[in-house]
Amino acid sequence: MSGTVTFAHTEEQALFRDSLRKFLDTTSPTTRVRQVMESESGFDAQLWKRMADELALPGIGIAEAEGGAGFGWTEVCIAMEEFGRTLCPSPFMASSVLSMAALASMAPKTGAALLSSIASGERHCALAAQELQGQWDFDAWQCTATQQGEGWRLDGVKHLVVDGAQAQTLLVVARQSDRRTLALFEVEADAEGLVRRPLKVIDSTRRLALVSLTGAAALLLGPAGEHHSGLERTLDLASIALANEMVGGMTRLFADTLAYTRLRVQFGRNIASFQAIKHRMAELLIQVELARSAAHYAASAADAGMDNLSYLASLAKSLASDAYLLAAQEAIQLHGGIGFTWDNDTHLWFKRAKSSEVFLGTPVWHRERMIRALEKSVEKSVEKSGERAGERSGERSGANA
Amino acid sequence: MSTPDRDAVRQEVRSWLDANWDPDASLIAWRNKLVDSGWGMPEWPEAWYGRGYPAELVRVVEQEFGQAGAVTGAKAGIRLLAAATLLEHGTDTHKRAWLRRIITGEDTWCQLFSEPGSGSDLAGATTRADLRGDEWIINGQKVWTTSAHHANWGLLLARTDWNAPKHKGLTFFVINMHQPGVVVQPLKQMNGHASFNEVFITDAVVPRENQVGQIGNGWAVAMTTLAHERRRADGLRSGSSDGDRRSYRRGRIHEEEDAENKTVLAPYTWYPQRAGRTDLALPQAVASGRIVDPVVRQELARLLAMSSAAEWTARRARAAQQAGKPQGPEGSLGKLVASHVARQAQKVHTLIAEGDSMLAGTDSPLQGIIAEILLSVPAVSIAGGTDEIQRNIIAERVLDMPKEPRFDEGPFRDIPRN
Repeated sequence: MSGTVTFAHTEEQALFRDSLRKFLDTTSPTTRVRQVMESESGFDAQLWKRMADELALPGIGIAEAEGGAGFGWTEVCIAMEEFGRTLCPSPFMASSVLSMAALASMAPKTGAALLSSIASGERHCALAAQELQGQWDFDAWQCTATQQGEGWRLDGVKHLVVDGAQAQTLLVVARQSDRRTLALFEVEADAEGLVRRPLKVIDSTRRLALVSLTGAAALLLGPAGEHHSGLERTLDLASIALANEMVGGMTRLFADTLAYTRLRVQFGRNIASFQAIKHRMAELLIQVELARSAAHYAASAADAGMDNLSYLASLAKSLASDAYLLAAQEAIQLHGGIGFTWDNDTHLWFKRAKSSEVFLGTPVWHRERMIRALEKSVEKSVEKSGERAGERSGERSGANA
Repeated sequence: MSTPDRDAVRQEVRSWLDANWDPDASLIAWRNKLVDSGWGMPEWPEAWYGRGYPAELVRVVEQEFGQAGAVTGAKAGIRLLAAATLLEHGTDTHKRAWLRRIITGEDTWCQLFSEPGSGSDLAGATTRADLRGDEWIINGQKVWTTSAHHANWGLLLARTDWNAPKHKGLTFFVINMHQPGVVVQPLKQMNGHASFNEVFITDAVVPRENQVGQIGNGWAVAMTTLAHERRRADGLRSGSSDGDRRSYRRGRIHEEEDAENKTVLAPYTWYPQRAGRTDLALPQAVASGRIVDPVVRQELARLLAMSSAAEWTARRARAAQQAGKPQGPEGSLGKLVASHVARQAQKVHTLIAEGDSMLAGTDSPLQGIIAEILLSVPAVSIAGGTDEIQRNIIAERVLDMPKEPRFDEGPFRDIPRN
């Protein structure tokens, strides 16, 4: 997985997008989204099975050796963009993005069986990483893992776990009590000492749970790596996927709002003919297209194996967070009163925009992460040039002697 | 005609440069050679000093010139806009008279479009041209004219019919700037530079044969000029580089080119500062120690994100174009995005410099560069089409939103104006 970043999708990627778009438009209009989001499970299990059988979607980014389709993160992100466009509730985010990224980054070998059951769509996994304290500041995480015979026991609380109440398997990040380092563990839904409380959420198309573990039995999957590199990569891949999902959502909001301004007549003219409206749409278009460029670039950078992925992921996530929220606010404003009603669909995306803004870290947190990444690379280059300067002065003193 | 492939072109230009490039030649003699060989402007048609090459082959030629350190045809300033306009709308007599000396650099040009009373509304020009015998007599005032103080020729938009609707009553001319009826005065800007001029035209004379295009068709001709101006600005913004040939320069021809650049490029020294100098933000934040301030970090990250995304958007547009796809919205946003980037950059520079933002010249950080940024950024959202006009263009042409009702239809003489 290395190469160069590209600025256009291939024919195959475009075809994939078109077919998925058709599928989702047919199966998941907002009338259906509204039914599903009020159901108990929060997703349509039959539709998820069709996505697996007809489109091989759950394993789109999983290697062929593990039973996946073997595509790159770009394809995962194309799927996310289409999911974001339609808001179709499905296990894709929890299983095929968050869990898949964690397994691929922290447990590529031990997680093979889990990956293949995710790829087939049989198993619904959820990643339990974040805690009540500290967003994605790994050092603040407290959940502990204590070895007991062959297995482990987990104690702690995990917060904002996507599909945490519905998943069959939880992937839990916990601190190994013997060495104080973080690692990824597998906990089955029926484990004793596991309590999952569905949280009340503003966006009911994305379910969250609070997960308590009290001596819950767990299997060790793999370490988080030096400097949490495996966790960082998980966060990078997930943030990039989320940024692309947000781009899909804001694009839909933009198109629907544009269409509405053309229909709506006030003062004897379509409101789209007022400069006050046109200028807002032009400005919004800029923010949407900048977010799209950053999200696509970051996806391509993940596939190209670029080493500043954390910087690019946080850049894409922060731009998308702000642009999506702006798009949602503008959509409601330009729809006027009807945009604030339950029956109008705009609020569905507004709620997704608001929850995506802070999910996986707020834009403020991600901008701080960008600068930290820059500082690290500045330090590295200073070290390097220091070494070079040292070599040179060494040469010089040698010549003088 | 079939287009040669890249390798063949590379070979051909390389062996031509091997045989002909001479750093001790005179600049004009060398450029006349470029004109005669077609290597000076390979994108121009074969009939007119070029080779009819598409952009990718032109890049090959540029790379080889860069590799050899060879001087190219004169390109700076307004001259290439003039050439593009003449190639599209000029007669053979026009092309014979002006194109060669555009490439050799013997003539410089300026663009007499904007007026005190018509800026965004360019078609509202009131400079008049009246036919007297075989001559057009020109009266009026132009403004924002870069290079007017040294230009030999001007591209002039003037009104020839006051009873026609405003876009239909304009005609396009080439005017000799060196005549008694043309008075040029520098226009000092708020940042202290004087890159532009005011041009006062009183009974100046344009021979009838210097009319470009039909009478009343001046707007269409001017649109050609402006389209090329916009395209060139996009090229500058997306960071297309000139190569690094400037690293190796020795010999008479380079001295002559440097002297030429001193005049021609002088008006543009502050343009990078006008765009905000995003490149200086991180080094300045680190050097000053202000990088520890959480607000500086937030705003710096915003700037870097916006500016990178702007560049990726331009590259996305180019990739789509190369793949032969219809242009999406990404191709039309560059100018407006550049305004956002520049404003955010000046904000970050102020956050970093704090109180020293009040200082100018050598007392200002970076020997005055920071002060120049702070005082130049307000121009970027006006020059070459205001942000407001850009938003209209995006809304109406990209998003296909309906136009505002107009109040400037009918005979021009009845339209309210300044």
